Amino acid sequence: MSFGWSLFVIALTSLNILACAWLINWSSKMNIGDGETTGHIWDGDIVEGNNSLPRWWLGLFWITIIFGCGFLVAYPSFGDFSLLKWDQISQYEEEIAAAEAVYGEVFAEFAATPLDELKNNPAALSAGRNLFANNCSTCHGSDARGARGFPNLADAEWQWGGDPDQILTTIRSGRTGIMPPFGAALDDATRQLLADYVLSLAGREVDAERVAAGEQQFRTFCFACHGLTGEGSTLLGGLALNNEIWRHGSGRSIILDVITNGRNGAMPAQEPLLGADRTHVLAAYVLSLSDED
Amino acid sequence: MKHDVIEKASGLLGVLIAVTVSIGGIAEIVPLMMSGPVVEAAPGIEPYGPLQLHGRDIYIREGCYNCHSQMVRPFRAETERYGHYSLAGESVYDRPFQFGSKRTGPDLARVGGRYPDEWHRVHLLNPRDLVPESNMPGYPWLANRGIDAEVVKNKLNALRALGDPYSDDDVESTASAIEGKTELDALIAYLQGLGTTVGRTN
Repeated sequence: MSFGWSLFVIALTSLNILACAWLINWSSKMNIGDGETTGHIWDGDIVEGNNSLPRWWLGLFWITIIFGCGFLVAYPSFGDFSLLKWDQISQYEEEIAAAEAVYGEVFAEFAATPLDELKNNPAALSAGRNLFANNCSTCHGSDARGARGFPNLADAEWQWGGDPDQILTTIRSGRTGIMPPFGAALDDATRQLLADYVLSLAGREVDAERVAAGEQQFRTFCFACHGLTGEGSTLLGGLALNNEIWRHGSGRSIILDVITNGRNGAMPAQEPLLGADRTHVLAAYVLSLSDED
Repeated sequence: MKHDVIEKASGLLGVLIAVTVSIGGIAEIVPLMMSGPVVEAAPGIEPYGPLQLHGRDIYIREGCYNCHSQMVRPFRAETERYGHYSLAGESVYDRPFQFGSKRTGPDLARVGGRYPDEWHRVHLLNPRDLVPESNMPGYPWLANRGIDAEVVKNKLNALRALGDPYSDDDVESTASAIEGKTELDALIAYLQGLGTTVGRTN
């Protein structure tokens, strides 16, 4: 706040307090005689007595004014001036520093421990569970078992690789997985063939001739990301199709829809939000989830 | 002035009450309205684009503010969860601001970029598809409702008249920005832009 506006606030506030003090003083000095009334009369004979202001009541007013004056100079009420040098941001920073003094060491120790070891540390996992609930559960579920379109992290199947380093990279920097739409590039018959072939990869029963024809198309359009035999690619984030794990649903019509319209998967980078240490702890927690399986 | 006079003239009494209660406001509010960091845009804060602006109005229409605040307070418990505390200069183009006062759902001041667009799409249509324990209502009709570009253009012009720095190009680009979009797209565009300008790291 500029100096001029501070002066404005100081002047207005002081004037207001002085006016209050004068008013209290003035009304307490009023000389009121014994048995005097206000002059109001109801029902012919009910009158309102006029008494001096009670002393305890006036005392409360004076206490309030004294407390108010102290408060005004201690805290930044007179513009930016504060005898205690208090402001909410330094209070916040003190709170952060106090927490850092307690937790910083703990997290630094966690961060220095290799993930393979950290995933067996109950204290780290307990912190990781809380971080997961706050930051990850909205997509991956509070039990980490995912939702349609969002991967299950509690199984042993990994889109971007299940090594500690790969998991850490995924959490740290995020991932973008794009299944391009083939609605414009391929005609309906070809897409139907591909859908049948994808079903066959997962072990469903499909007409052998269609499988053979579909395989040919698959090896032209899909193999780059999903692999020649549908084993997927952790490098490109191409999902493995040779199992019964379905990201977007296992029905034939859904598979056809994914081929036709594509899908965009995005895992947001967590390190900018959480910092390196906490990301490390999260990775250990996620690693531990697939161990339990 | 005699007590009797004030007591018996209710108009005069009203005026005197108004004068008395406004002294606090004059001391607390007026200097802030004249203070730079409170009324000027924080670095990088731009007026809403046409799609986001319409999304904001849908946010208000559907009453999102009843359950979601947009104000990260400077407490550790909040910044650990949501990111950097909110700055006054971040909401200068919010008319009215959406600070809110109740959190049945989480704060949304920094929700932008937290989740992929697809997440918002599924979640807004039926939140329980993604978060089984959620009690947020679904908003399936948003996906079926188009947007009238003319209406959005009028909004931009109105805000411009109030002093928001929209250029002629901004107003002209409305039609192309709105083309083919649904209300769901607009709302997602608005949400994905929330709080992304100021650093979100703790």
